[in-house]
Amino acid sequence: MSELILLRHRDIAGLNQLKTYIANGGFETWKKVVTSRKPEEVLNDVKASGLRGRGGAGFPTGVKWSFLPNNIWPHYVVANSDESEPGTFKDRELLEFNPYQFIEGLMLTSYAVQANDAYIYFRGEFSQIAKKFEERLAELTAKGYLGDALFGTKYSLRIHTHLGAGAYICGEETALLESIEGRLGQPRLRPPFPAVAGLFDKPTVINNVETLANIPYIMEKGVDAFRKNGTEKSPGTKIFSLSGRVKKPGNYELPLGTTFRELIYKYGEGIINDAQIKAIMPAGASSTLITATDAVLDTPMDYEATTALGSPLGSASVMILDETTNISHVINETTHFFSHESCGKCTPCREGTFWMRHISDRIESGKGKKEDIDLLKSVAGQMQNKCFCALGEFSTMAVVSGIQHFRADFEARLES
Amino acid sequence: MNQLLKKYPEEINRILSRYPIDRKQAAVMPLLHLAQGEAGFVSRTALQEIAEITGVSATEVASVVGFYTLFHDAPEGKIRMQVCTDLACDLRGAREYLTGLCDQLGVKPGETTEDGLITIEEVKCLAACDKAPLFQAQLGDEVEYHENQTAARTVDWLRSMSAAINGTPLKTVKQEEVNPDEGGSHE
Repeated sequence: MSELILLRHRDIAGLNQLKTYIANGGFETWKKVVTSRKPEEVLNDVKASGLRGRGGAGFPTGVKWSFLPNNIWPHYVVANSDESEPGTFKDRELLEFNPYQFIEGLMLTSYAVQANDAYIYFRGEFSQIAKKFEERLAELTAKGYLGDALFGTKYSLRIHTHLGAGAYICGEETALLESIEGRLGQPRLRPPFPAVAGLFDKPTVINNVETLANIPYIMEKGVDAFRKNGTEKSPGTKIFSLSGRVKKPGNYELPLGTTFRELIYKYGEGIINDAQIKAIMPAGASSTLITATDAVLDTPMDYEATTALGSPLGSASVMILDETTNISHVINETTHFFSHESCGKCTPCREGTFWMRHISDRIESGKGKKEDIDLLKSVAGQMQNKCFCALGEFSTMAVVSGIQHFRADFEARLES
Repeated sequence: MNQLLKKYPEEINRILSRYPIDRKQAAVMPLLHLAQGEAGFVSRTALQEIAEITGVSATEVASVVGFYTLFHDAPEGKIRMQVCTDLACDLRGAREYLTGLCDQLGVKPGETTEDGLITIEEVKCLAACDKAPLFQAQLGDEVEYHENQTAARTVDWLRSMSAAINGTPLKTVKQEEVNPDEGGSHE
């Protein structure tokens, strides 16, 4: 495995203790940046690093920051800690075991866009983690790393926590903002984009936990060091959450561009009972089902190459299906998930996910007829490009590709 | 008199101070967590009190309770056990685990045991897919994760919780009233 940048805590015991983090150079970059570097220098470095958002969309982070207008104030930064894509469990490890690196990244980001208040939005299931963070933030404030007039400068920063309460949709950034503002987590119409009118209608940067955890490294070691890993267009390392039918599931930090084969067979130690691999879902439940051919296994996992296979890399929650897995059953799981998590705002998603679940249930229960398979595919097809946000669109991906590539699995479930 | 405000004046001030002064609605979710931590669910009175503090209607507060799955508007088991059966966990046997557990406790998912100790719920991804089967236990405002579970392992934990919370042995379907002191027949 390459150098661990994000999962550094696996090499350094107790890195989630403030004194250990400081003893290992923690917050030195923060102090140096606030006292000796201009906000636009931080922004330019992050832009030059080519870092892309690790939450799913892969949008260049520095470019996202640069969209904030300098004539509307205050600015806000929001850390998206709502990790809830089935198959994704990387942010949780960072929040529990390497929290200060993430916090330092959030601080540096806030400084870059001159925000004086930042929020960390935790999914409700992370309530214990959020509680611990409140203690950590209070301690950082007491020690002078957060608060007013930092290190004798004019810059002030407060970081607040906000706890969700169980809603997958809140990972969508505008739904997340609604949730902080005390409303139902339903996405907003865009434009205006959050960069212009985000939290409390003010310019807002929203970044994923893993994205933010990269910032201290870029600012400390420099752009070139960061770009040493990964590919030209997808630089850096990435945490791959490997799950499903592999012998050794878990988080693996690897350079972007590592192949599926290496992740699954070298790090994941292959398939349970050495069974035959069947399909890969590279972006959790939101993936297209990709048939695991040799060519696919040898594809580098970066944003472009994975997209070329027909599925976004997303947050790199690589779920493995093997020959024992029936794809109709997989679709039944994903349709149940999305119909439960549809926020109800737009009709194509609210109704579409409901009917996909019902048709899939009928097929799974052995009462389906041949035409139900096409009906299911047709409902998914009718939803595509009509949903208000990505949730509805993603809910159709596994359905359409599953029926396209594995129709026999559905036929095997039909009424005999 | 607003009981919530009377009981937690400092905590409520601290919550309100996180948000702009003209954006009190942002405090709705933190206040709901506070109220639920107190009673295990959000009562109608609490709804009204939160509406008062934040200046929004009680209906709006109620809609927030209804939208988010971790807010509850009725009291249920003292321990809410939430088992993830999403795809990644299912691929590692979570559904069989849930069925096995429910069989032993004599309940179905969504139901509460007769003694009011345990409510079992099926939930969506808990972000621990590599450690399935797993459940999270919601006890008031506390949430803890229990990973790499088997039905037997979970029942052991429930036995100790039953003794600690109710002071009585756990009732299971297969072994009525097993006293853990009488020689671990489950081993």
